[in-house]
Amino acid sequence: MSSRTFASLVFTLGLGLILASVMQGLPLGGAPMQVGQAIVAQAPEAVGTANIVTSVVLAYRGLDTLGELTILFAAATAGGLVLSGRRPSHATQSQAGFILRTGAGLLFPFLLALGAYIILHGHLTPGGGFQGGAIIAAAFFVPLLSRPESPFNEAVASVIEGAAGAMFIVIGLLSLTNGGSFLEPLLGTGELGELFSAGSLPLLYVAVGLKVGAELAGLLVHLGGLGEAG
Amino acid sequence: MIWIALISAAVMLGAAIAVITLRDFYSALAASTVVSLALSVLFVVLRAPDVALAEAAVGAGVSGVLFALTLRRLGAKGAAEDE
Repeated sequence: MSSRTFASLVFTLGLGLILASVMQGLPLGGAPMQVGQAIVAQAPEAVGTANIVTSVVLAYRGLDTLGELTILFAAATAGGLVLSGRRPSHATQSQAGFILRTGAGLLFPFLLALGAYIILHGHLTPGGGFQGGAIIAAAFFVPLLSRPESPFNEAVASVIEGAAGAMFIVIGLLSLTNGGSFLEPLLGTGELGELFSAGSLPLLYVAVGLKVGAELAGLLVHLGGLGEAG
Repeated sequence: MIWIALISAAVMLGAAIAVITLRDFYSALAASTVVSLALSVLFVVLRAPDVALAEAAVGAGVSGVLFALTLRRLGAKGAAEDE
């Protein structure tokens, strides 16, 4: 047995011991989180969202979502920075087959509608800005994959991304002017389960969806060496 | 319900083993998206539809495309060529 194997064995054993001792103190199977129970009990009345997850993501923990968006923005920017230097020389950029081209054209509107639905109904049904944004990014990427020469305007995408990010922060600041705290929901709660309910949360999710969609689509197009610059 | 959970767990395990045993990078990538899809089914069974949607859209969709584009950029056809 080499010294390296021995060292990793000791390390694994030590890590296992630490994790086991932590597991000893965890009340497994119980419900120690009183915050969670309180949120489940009062979220539908206080925030007006039928989907309680959304009330946590955007109302109770809105600041965390802003941090998440910032991380995503930094990651996408760094990715674009690294990838912009060199274009792939071997990229064939050839047309895809007939079935893929037709299928991509057919899928595009349906994917777009699905993404918009998931974003707009984020406060009513499962899903929301992040999931819908990823679907919208896929919707824009599928046609590019089948037809590499089809246009994708990266400038427009980055403008949408910046505007959506600014919209999120501006909505948060507007709550401050009303005497509330940052990102506190505005516009009342409305009737539970209606499309126009839960105050400013749907607007926040629209901002998140646009930002995530534009960011991911731009990153994928960049990575594939497609679009205008490709 | 328990059968759906067991089947998706078995599919996940099988696909995960396929990821590390397959020699072709693109086949391994396809197997890893199968892991994500089965995991999203498991999330639905566990009554976490929000997480399931995120897993299906990001884990199976975007990250799969991201890996595929990276492989194409690197010009990788499979592990067999490199060795």
